[in-house]
Parts: sequence; C-alpha cells; structure tokens
Amino acid sequence: MSLWTTDFLVRAMLAGIGLAVITGPAGCFVVWRRLSYFGETIAHTSLLGIALAIAFDLNLVICILAGAFLVATIMFYLERRGLLPTDTLLGLMAHGGMALGLVFLSFLPNIRINLEALLFGDILAISRIDLAVVWIGGLFGLLIMAKLWRPLLAATVNEELAVVAGMKPERARLLFGLLVAAIIAIAIKIVGILLIVAMLIIPAAAARRFARNPELMAAGAVLVGVASTVAGMYASARFDTPAGPSIVVAALLIFVATRLRSPGVHAG
Amino acid sequence: MTERIPGSSNGGGSIPTEPENRPPLIEAVNIGVRRCGHWLIRNASVTVRPGQLVYVVGANGAGKSTSVKAILGLIPITEGHIVRRTRKIGYVPQRFQINYTLPITIRRMITLTANYPDEAIDRALESVGLDKLGNPQVATLSGGELQRLLLARSLIERPELLVLDEPEQGLDTKGADDIHKLVQDVRDELDCGVLTVTHDLEQALKTGDDFLVLYPNEAEIEAQHLAKLAKARAARSGESAP
Repeated sequence: MSLWTTDFLVRAMLAGIGLAVITGPAGCFVVWRRLSYFGETIAHTSLLGIALAIAFDLNLVICILAGAFLVATIMFYLERRGLLPTDTLLGLMAHGGMALGLVFLSFLPNIRINLEALLFGDILAISRIDLAVVWIGGLFGLLIMAKLWRPLLAATVNEELAVVAGMKPERARLLFGLLVAAIIAIAIKIVGILLIVAMLIIPAAAARRFARNPELMAAGAVLVGVASTVAGMYASARFDTPAGPSIVVAALLIFVATRLRSPGVHAG
Repeated sequence: MTERIPGSSNGGGSIPTEPENRPPLIEAVNIGVRRCGHWLIRNASVTVRPGQLVYVVGANGAGKSTSVKAILGLIPITEGHIVRRTRKIGYVPQRFQINYTLPITIRRMITLTANYPDEAIDRALESVGLDKLGNPQVATLSGGELQRLLLARSLIERPELLVLDEPEQGLDTKGADDIHKLVQDVRDELDCGVLTVTHDLEQALKTGDDFLVLYPNEAEIEAQHLAKLAKARAARSGESAP
C-alpha cells in the first residue's frame, strides 16, 4: 500500500500514463503507415543530441528534440527526392547517427554517462519538471494530432485521394514526422532509446484486434498504454525488475492476450 | 507519342455527340511530363465536356496514368497547359489497397475527407449497389466491391467531372463490364464528364465519345490500336447516319 504513496513512484506512474495518452493515437499512425523503422531512426540518432548536450552543457531534452527534428526533416526531404529506398535511408541515418553519437561521447573522457539509463530509460528518476514536460508536451501533441487526424488518415488510405479532395497530405506527413520526433525525445527518459518504439507500436497493435474504426483503435491504444504502465510499474516494484522494460513486457503480454481469442470484429 | 482520333471534341470529326457543343470541364493542351531526362508523356491533348465519356488508352508504359495524374494536378507538367473549369472532381485511383492494420468500414471510408449526412452516404452506396452489404470493413471487400466503394466515394459530392484510373483492374470480365456499365449510368444520371484510363479497348470503342491514345514512344506506334479505333469510328458513323 505504502508503495503507491511513494512520491517518485507516483511521478513515474503519472509520467507513464501521460506518455500513453499521446503514444496511443500517434502509434496507430506509425502502424498504419509502417513507420516503425522511422521511429527507431529518431530514437537511435538521439544519441548524437545527447552527446552534444553533454559536451556543451546544454539542456538534454532540448538537444534531443532539436536533433530529432533535424533528422525527421532531413528524412522528409531525402525521401521526397527519391535518391534511395526509404528503408535504406533510415538504416543509414539510424546507425550512422548512433555511431557518430557514441564516437563523440568517447571524446569526453571526464564525463561518466549512465548508458543503461539512456538505452532502457529511468522512469523512477522522473522529476516534477520532467513530469510537466511529459504532460504539457503530450497534451500539445494531442491537439496537433486532432488537427492532423483527417488529412493524415486520408493520406494513409490513399495520398492521391487526399490531394484531389483539396488536402495537403505532404504537410501533414512532415508535421506528423516532427510530432513523432518530439514524442520520442520526451519519452527517452521514461522507456529509453531501445524501447520507445515498442510503446508506439505494441499498444496500437493490441488495440487493432477490437477496433472497428480508426478512432476506436486510437482510444484502445491509449487504454492499453495506460494499463501497461500500471501493470509494468506494479511488477517492477513487486519483483524489483527494471521499470521501462517491465512496462514494455506488460504491453507485450496484453498484445498476446488480445490474440488468444477471436473477437470477430475485424471481419465485419 | 499521342494520337487524337478524328471525331473527337477537338478534332472536328464524325462521331456525333451532342455534348460537343457544351463548354469543356477540363482542357489539356499538348501537355508533357519529363522525369530524369525522359518524357513520360508528350503532346497529349484532351478535352472533357459534360456528358462525355472520354477514354485514355494505350499500351503498358505509354503514360496513361501519368496523363490523368497530370490533368488532375497530382504531378507537375513540364510543358503544355491545362485549364480546369470545375472543382467538383471525383477520382477513383488505380491499385488501391487498404492496409489490413487500418480498421475502416465502408461508411467511414466515404467520409474520409469530409463529413456527409447519413442520407447522402446511403444514396451513394445505393447508386453503386452496395447498400445491401451492411457496413463491413473495407479490407474484407472483394475487388469489384472495392471499386464500387471507391466510385461511391467519388460520387458523394455529385462531381461534374469523374476521373477513373483503370477501374476494371483486378476484375474478371463480368466485373469489368459491370463497373463500366455503372460508370455510364452515373454519367447519364449526373450528366458529368468522365475521363477513364482503360486497358479494355473493346469497351472504350463501344462507349467512348472521345479518346486519347498514348504510345510508349514515337517509333512504336501501335498500328493495331489505330486500325481498331478507325474501324470502330467508321462503324459508329455508319450506325448514326440517317
């Protein structure tokens, strides 16, 4: 009982729930538009932003955010020019960016970095300011999602249909890329570089089984994300397991559970 | 690379079609699209007027889809000019596939780009014969049903111009005939102009008011197409002669 009244656990729980509120709808588009590798790329290249923040003593979140925006924008323009297939471009940027970040960090001999916290998150170390960033950023992200919803959905079904209907799907695509970049930048502290994309994909994939329309799937993904956070945090406290991975494992178990029974919804 | 059949709306010809006297909905004059140093289409001209059924025909790779996309403004043209006199355009794209992970019902599909009252959705579904289907997921539809749904979606705002990119693609002969018949019915009911890319030359010859014939390049003019079109024109002229 006293476990849940502990200040840092409450903050961690609230941060996880705040993250689930925005990763739910954004994750649906990541699944529908097959953008999981794009998410990985943003997450991996954030290591470069982290290295720069440490080297020049700058704000970590702002540096990750700036780096993520830069990568998302570069990707958008490179993809438009069609120089290389998208997955090749993403692989190039993801691994090149991460390698650059690691090499850059090695030039900073007097600085000790908790790489494990960066890779897998440290939700228990969430401060009040971090919590405010997650919730304010999350609510702002939700507003943007609401604004982008129709053009982005139309473009997901068919980009040409959206253009003929007078929409600007390309602009919506760029804004969505920047939004995903921002979500990843904010979420790195919670679940880490390696696990953030899981929080985008798994709740959305679990919600698909029971959703009849896109909006219900987004709402379902939020619910799965919140349930995963609560269950994962509880398991972490109870079994002394790392919090970020425990949340992802909880989401994975929910996904597996949704696959055990046929709901008969998607067929009709 | 392109051939206009005499008797077309611009060509001053012999296929007697009343809509020829009406002002065009869209007019493309000598348009060309160049990508990576190659002309995908060149000197393509076509005019669509209310009530007209205009077909874009040609071999694979001749630039049929490119030409309608250019006419719709989906891709930029390198030369020529296009005058669009209507904004009420319905479009049925080619190679339409719905991602299974996206749950979307047929009614939701119709309201994809704008909200419409239930009665309008019912009317659109009824006009293509999908009203008895209920409200299933789009991913579960057959190829023919999906084409009908796309047509219903494009009709909901009662377009003045309907553009279809190979609506018979992936359908068997009967399915293709049904969809072409449906398009003609829509044209008659709405009195709209229709621009259709098709591989079904027979269908085009039977029902088309005008044609844009495209060839992969100037050296590969397909005599067979020309012969068939000329034959059909002659036959139709004979039929309509007093």
